Amino acid sequence: MTLLPLTFAAPLLGFLILAFARGRLSENLATAVGVGSVGVSALTTLIAGIQFMGTPPEGGSLTITLWQWMSVGNFTPSFALYLDALSLTMLGVITGVGFFIHLFASWYMRGDEGFARFFSYMNLFVASMVFLVLGDNLLFLYFGWEGVGLASYLLIGFWYKDPANGAAARKAFVITRVGDTFMAIALFILFKEFGTLNIQELAVLAPAAWPVVNGVGATMATITALLLLGGAVGKSAQLPLQTWLPDAMAGPTPVSALIHAATMVTAGVYLIARTNALFELSPFALQCVGVVGATTLIMAGFIALMQTDIKKILAYSTMSQIGYMFLAEGVGAYAPAVFHLMTHAFFKALLFLSSGSVILAMHHEQNIFRMGNLRKHIPFVYWCMLIGTLALCAFPLTSGFFSKDEILHEAYLSGHHGLWIAGLFGAFLTGIYSFRLIFIVFFGPERWRQAEHHGHDAHGDAHGEHHGLGPKDEPHGATTLDHHIPLAVLLVMALIGGFIHLPLEAVFPVVDHGSDHGPAWIVYLPIPVSLAGMFVSWFLFLKRPDIPAALASGGLTRQLGLFWKSAFGFDWLYDRLFVKPFVWAANINKNDIVDGLLGLIPMTLRGANSLAAATQTGNLRWYAFAAGAGAIALIAAIALH
Amino acid sequence: MSPTILVWLLVIPFVGGMISWQAERYSRFLPRWIALFTQLTVLVMSVWLWFVGDFTLSAPSSTPVFALEYKAAWIPSFGINFHLGLDGLSLLLVILTNLLGVMAIGCSWKEIDRYVGFFHLNLLWNLAGVVGVFLALDLFLFFFFWEMMLVPMYFLIALWGHNIPGGKGRIYSATKFFIFTQFSGLIMLLAILALVFFNHQATGQWSFGYFELLKTARGLDPQIAWWLMLGFFVAFAVKMPMVPLHTWLPDAHSQAPTAGSVDLAGILLKTAAYGMLRFALPFFPDAMREIAPFAMALAAISVIYAGVVAFSQTDIKRLIAYSSISHMGFVTLGIFAGTEQALQGVVIQMIAHGLSAAGLFILSGEIYERLHTRDLRQMGGLWGRFPYLPPIMLFFTAASLGLPGLGNFVGEFLILTGSYAVSPLFTILCAFGLVLAAVYSLILVQKAFHGAPRDDGHAGNYEDLSRREQSMMAVLMLLLLGLGLYPQPVLDISAASMQTVEFIYNNTPAALSLSGVTP
Repeated sequence: MTLLPLTFAAPLLGFLILAFARGRLSENLATAVGVGSVGVSALTTLIAGIQFMGTPPEGGSLTITLWQWMSVGNFTPSFALYLDALSLTMLGVITGVGFFIHLFASWYMRGDEGFARFFSYMNLFVASMVFLVLGDNLLFLYFGWEGVGLASYLLIGFWYKDPANGAAARKAFVITRVGDTFMAIALFILFKEFGTLNIQELAVLAPAAWPVVNGVGATMATITALLLLGGAVGKSAQLPLQTWLPDAMAGPTPVSALIHAATMVTAGVYLIARTNALFELSPFALQCVGVVGATTLIMAGFIALMQTDIKKILAYSTMSQIGYMFLAEGVGAYAPAVFHLMTHAFFKALLFLSSGSVILAMHHEQNIFRMGNLRKHIPFVYWCMLIGTLALCAFPLTSGFFSKDEILHEAYLSGHHGLWIAGLFGAFLTGIYSFRLIFIVFFGPERWRQAEHHGHDAHGDAHGEHHGLGPKDEPHGATTLDHHIPLAVLLVMALIGGFIHLPLEAVFPVVDHGSDHGPAWIVYLPIPVSLAGMFVSWFLFLKRPDIPAALASGGLTRQLGLFWKSAFGFDWLYDRLFVKPFVWAANINKNDIVDGLLGLIPMTLRGANSLAAATQTGNLRWYAFAAGAGAIALIAAIALH
Repeated sequence: MSPTILVWLLVIPFVGGMISWQAERYSRFLPRWIALFTQLTVLVMSVWLWFVGDFTLSAPSSTPVFALEYKAAWIPSFGINFHLGLDGLSLLLVILTNLLGVMAIGCSWKEIDRYVGFFHLNLLWNLAGVVGVFLALDLFLFFFFWEMMLVPMYFLIALWGHNIPGGKGRIYSATKFFIFTQFSGLIMLLAILALVFFNHQATGQWSFGYFELLKTARGLDPQIAWWLMLGFFVAFAVKMPMVPLHTWLPDAHSQAPTAGSVDLAGILLKTAAYGMLRFALPFFPDAMREIAPFAMALAAISVIYAGVVAFSQTDIKRLIAYSSISHMGFVTLGIFAGTEQALQGVVIQMIAHGLSAAGLFILSGEIYERLHTRDLRQMGGLWGRFPYLPPIMLFFTAASLGLPGLGNFVGEFLILTGSYAVSPLFTILCAFGLVLAAVYSLILVQKAFHGAPRDDGHAGNYEDLSRREQSMMAVLMLLLLGLGLYPQPVLDISAASMQTVEFIYNNTPAALSLSGVTP
């Protein structure tokens, strides 16, 4: 256990080495540092996990204090690591899945001029993410929280030469910063009320101070929980702060797999799980968590249905799956939420890495309508994608089946039937949109052969000069082990990850439904529902592709499709509500109207006293007057106050 | 330890400046080396004070206590003494001043090539003036130093400033700077003189002494105390600067040479906060508390207004100048919140902002030296053209946007946490300044470094930072990291001073007079 600091120290060291080398390391050496450091981190986690399981610490958790961050009066946050079953699970996902994604990235990024820079950012991310999940107080958690935000920003904008990537990176950072600020305010409230930011102490103090009376939480408890939820929706790309995630796909695909699918975007889920004692104090806030999750998961499902960019489909699918986790937390099913977080990390990382492989095989083509029949060309990737998709659709016995099934079951048993129906409907949508991707990319005609002009819409992942395949080109699959091993491992995990038992009982409140397990068909209902989705998908996109084409050209259905495709117009709305007014206000005031106003006073006086003023240049006097007038105005304002 | 060391802290840069000026007759390099040596000497001396001094207090008292005091008669007939005092707060600011002084000399090494000696005379005298402000315990002496730091600054801008295209010219900016601060200084002088007059009325003695006037100020009629407080407040509000009295700063920055900007943002602005903490607040705690809502509102307006204006700036130095105004809004908020967390946050924020703003201004200077423009619209794609400069700039930008792990975060978070208990509304408004900080900082990175490299007739890469520049940056970065990860040593030094301020601010006059005021 004393090795625990290695989990972040190794990637941090890797970051420093790579950052200071400034591109002087060869690719192999940079790989050794960048991938090796995360490997050390993963091994440490494994050892810590074995020790933790073998001899569980007293109380199910242990704390390692590194040092006292600061101490001002009663404000005494520490850099202290808190390891329990929850943080161990997260650690396993971050370093385990993270290691294989790093390995894959060493294949994916080969030849890129920023190879070492890429791994330095990735290492920084891993270290920050470890801080986030190991922090024993909310300030340390916030430290990691902002750190992963920075790493995410750097990696989305990794290919900096295209200003669009920089814009996407800024969008991601700023929108999540809005959520972060809500979270910071929650921290201020918690410190004011309880004099501590230690999560375990808060879990004891808060329920005593903010009791739930007749199912209604204290107002401050609700406000605090909602502010924390604000932070969570920002990081986890849930309504209403979800709009940055699809743009974040501008980053290299391994980044999408690690940060924007497996780990960072689930930080919001982790935050709510970690502070569940606070959410339990406000049934209303908890209700909001569930509703946010349910709404997001359905909305994202519809949007995914209309996307043409392979990575954006996966991005919306991620958004939707995180919606399931929020839904689960909203009904108090924290353990299933974390379970789904883990299985999702397996199969979504697999899907993203496979899509990366597809994109490279297609010469940086991301439009699925320029692909087709790829199962003949890259069969291994096809199987990876297929297994990942089956897990995503909760096909029986795959990993996603166990976790999603548990969520839906708990939602039903908790009596939130609305959320349960939303979850079921989402499962139906998942079947349609995810198999749409499979059918279009891996079956059907080889569409790149038909097109006359090619490749101009592939902007996100395009760092090569050549985009897309010409009509006579063949897709070329990868053959090396650094490509195959990560995919194979994740493939296995996506298949059997559902059999992992997480010892989360000690962490979360026990939900007792008594002997009521509901009717037996409730448990099995999700299976036919997602199978129905897959069937519809097969019918629409493989059997009768003329139907979607007809729908796309019809009046009302066309409008609806465009609405879905534009992600329900949120970008449009926010652009008009926030971005445009802000830029307008900033630009109109570029020259600082206050300065103009201060200058106005002497100018009018000069007009009145034109004779005298005309004989002088007067600069000095104007400003003497301006300063004086400002001061007098200030005094007057205070005097009148 | 003899208190005369405080005098040496002032005399050495004065004399060093003179020598540096005269040395210009012999060589262009000699003035630089003399100035550097002088400044390093006082830096070492002030750091030495950190280690040998005892800045702890047994209990917070109603009167500030100083670890080190030097007193000599100056103009006895008016009760004016050459009285210097050092406590934890002034020590930290003196060290910051002398450190950034070294940086200012370092960054002028290549930039300044006209009147090198006279430049360093002005720079060193300005720094000495600031140190004097941080040490003076006689209000006449304080005012003397307050004015003394302005005149050399005026020359630094007026003689070595840039006349950037489209700007209003360096003379204009220098004059504007001078008039704003001079006029507000005049108001403060009136308040000081009134205080001296009231003291004379009460005691029959003429005195400008800190402790004497402190006692008088505490005993004043609340109405009168309120007006006198306002005199100090306005002077410091201009210097801070608070919106709407801020407009001299962006102009001064955009025309000033790099050293002048480092000096302005890193050091001069801090004299305002220091003045509030050392004079306005201990003298007039009730009046200060009375205008606290108003001042905190101005703080929130400064944070947000300057944050929005910063976003639209195209001159990189103006952008950083507005970001400074926004950051100093946090300082105002913390001072008027007056809790221990907030006040300690103010100390960290002042130091961290001094370091990060200095870093940003120095790098802007380096960019200007290479590109001959500071216009963000003419940049873009610089990331690939320097190995070191862009990531270092990113580091300081991250500090400025409040990334945890760097000093600014500790300062801002302490201020906000400490202020929330006093004023949730203005604290929340200021907290949204964190979003604005992200917006304007990242647009800076975007415009300067992202995008395709521009075809500016300059083939290949630019000359990167030299060893001199790299080591300066390394020092600033390490200090920011240290401040962000383990600020405790600094907090310990200032704890006693800030606890006293907190005690004075949050106790009734009755409670304060009980413990008595001793000269």
